[in-house]
Amino acid sequence: MTQFLSLLLNGISLGAMYALIALGFVIIFKASEVVSFTQGSLLLLGAYSIARLSEPIGFLPAVVVGILLTALAAFLIERLVINRLRGAPVISLAIVTIGIDIILLTELIRRIGSDILNVPHPWGSESVRIGDVGISQNRLIATGVAGVLIIAFFAAFKYSSWGVAMRASAEDGETAALMGIRLGRVSALAWIVAGALAAVAALFLVGAPTPGVSAAAYTVALRAFPAAILGGLDSTGGALVGGLLIGLAESFAAGYQDQLLFLGRGFGDVVPYVVMIAVLLVRPSGLFGTKELTRV
Amino acid sequence: MSETTAPAAHGATRASAGTSAAGGRTAAAPRRSLLKPLLFAAVLLLLLLVPFYVEEFWLRTGFAVFGAIVGAIGLNLLVGTTGQLSLAHAFFLAVGAISYVFVSGESGGIGVAQLSGLGLPPLIGMVVGVLLAGLAGLLFSPIAARLRGIYLGVASLSLVFIGQHVLNSWTSVTGGFNGRAAPDFELFGFTFANRDPLLFIAGVEFREAERLWYLGLVLALAAYLFARNLLRSRPGRALQTLRDSEVAASVMGVNVQRYKGRVFLVSSMYAGLSGVMYALSIGSVAPESFGLEVSIQYLAMIVLGGLGSVGGAALGAVFVSALPLVFQRYADSVPFVSSVGEGGLAAGEAARFLYGAAIVLVILFQPAGLAGLGQRFRRRGRDPGGGRATSTSSTSTETTAVPSDRPAQGSTS
Repeated sequence: MTQFLSLLLNGISLGAMYALIALGFVIIFKASEVVSFTQGSLLLLGAYSIARLSEPIGFLPAVVVGILLTALAAFLIERLVINRLRGAPVISLAIVTIGIDIILLTELIRRIGSDILNVPHPWGSESVRIGDVGISQNRLIATGVAGVLIIAFFAAFKYSSWGVAMRASAEDGETAALMGIRLGRVSALAWIVAGALAAVAALFLVGAPTPGVSAAAYTVALRAFPAAILGGLDSTGGALVGGLLIGLAESFAAGYQDQLLFLGRGFGDVVPYVVMIAVLLVRPSGLFGTKELTRV
Repeated sequence: MSETTAPAAHGATRASAGTSAAGGRTAAAPRRSLLKPLLFAAVLLLLLLVPFYVEEFWLRTGFAVFGAIVGAIGLNLLVGTTGQLSLAHAFFLAVGAISYVFVSGESGGIGVAQLSGLGLPPLIGMVVGVLLAGLAGLLFSPIAARLRGIYLGVASLSLVFIGQHVLNSWTSVTGGFNGRAAPDFELFGFTFANRDPLLFIAGVEFREAERLWYLGLVLALAAYLFARNLLRSRPGRALQTLRDSEVAASVMGVNVQRYKGRVFLVSSMYAGLSGVMYALSIGSVAPESFGLEVSIQYLAMIVLGGLGSVGGAALGAVFVSALPLVFQRYADSVPFVSSVGEGGLAAGEAARFLYGAAIVLVILFQPAGLAGLGQRFRRRGRDPGGGRATSTSSTSTETTAVPSDRPAQGSTS
């Protein structure tokens, strides 16, 4: 029971971070109809810059600068490439983001090499106990921060003028444009927010129990893809649910590894993808995605 | 290398260009029909003569490129022609390669790992590899046929990761993390290795590299011709309609689900063959050779070549697959590139930068890829006078080679 609770708690905290990244996917998709494969390398960029800057300028400034840098990179991607391709087919847009991802990732991995960069989190790698259940402090803080950010995001999405503009342009871009909503600005903001969210997730993903920033952080980010897809690519609530589901599934699969040994070692790493395929088989548009209707 | 496959692009685009040429410029038609086979024959002859003059490095690179061409043509049928984004190509390559190694390899132990193998003739291994890859594609196609556009792209991503997991875990077949050696190819007693029998033709010793070159040439040519003919046939047109609009296709009587399933089957069989050729070219298979990066490389090939064009895919495959190898060899003479540990870019990194940038630039400025570029120049060259009008009309027909129609893609949003 203790193990179950501990896995549950860890799963939720992992899921909260996946949800942050998945939210990035979703708002980018809603605002610019792009499935952004750059999210993984943006996350790595955030983690890398935080790790590299912490030493010279201190932890907190490094976090701020890291988040800003990542947001700036996302903004530049949107302005320089995506914005010029407005109206291009979805597949071309996805492929172009893959191209950008290759460039960014190659450069980051070249810089990181085979090292594991340490991020000096002030809360270190200690863990706290709640009753019998242990969780690393880093994960606990991550859950709290992610919770606050997610609530803030949903509030902004619902009440702020940016949120309204964004929902309107996702609903019907042409009409929104006619109503005076500047689609380019909406899309640029969405990319900035997505970049910042990825950087925040990166900050916690590279903390305990993970050893530090390495090239492996990229594959972690890719696991947020299933989260976004199984919730439904155009549903922000779905991203949240999908993130938690994936986090829990991964945590349980890793925790009960010994009972799952017939599926091979390290099954926890692929379980997000298995869950995604299972969900897509039943609901091709994800759990909360809009069903695609065709009018003739 | 590039000029050798340029005519391929020529041939492939004829399917789409033919209609406009026949309508607008009937005078050019007879001259072209004579020129093309001649050019094709000349290039083929050139490729046949290559092993007599070229050193082993280029022949080995050539075989790897032929393998990549087969795979790229297969992916292009799926992504370029039918508009189904797939990132699972590496998985199907792996199925082909592993099946070949398993069926034709011998049982035995390497170190601690016990490997099992069937020890059947390599030809059977190759056929089984292709068929099993096709089967894997067929098994995935119920999912593929239900999903649209981008959902399929991400769902297929999962195949790569699940495949990696299986490859690493199923040690008795795959050799696990370290991989296992691939048996030499053999055709009715003639081995594609350095001896058995020793072979001299015109004073040139035919070793493994020379023999594999011809094998690769034959397979790539067959793959090319099959895909080209497929695209010109009724199913090919159905697939293109599917890409442009699923609704229109089904209204015209195309069974959307079944065609999507079939194109997945054909594409994964291509991948299987390409995987077998990869195993032969490297001489061994390991799980890490079939990661996501490989899928992305193949995607890069067909985007650079021009989505939907068979010859373009071949051209893109030459570019993307030969680049790292060539960089590696000429690390000293290429600017910014150096050998490992010398501070400059490693060959693989330089190549990745280059094709990453190429993808972005091609999609931004030349969505029809290299194939479209070639066609544009040809048009301009043919009638320098009033070329403007025909060249714009030609670009409009070319863009049908790219999934650029809003309605087709709008359905995925």
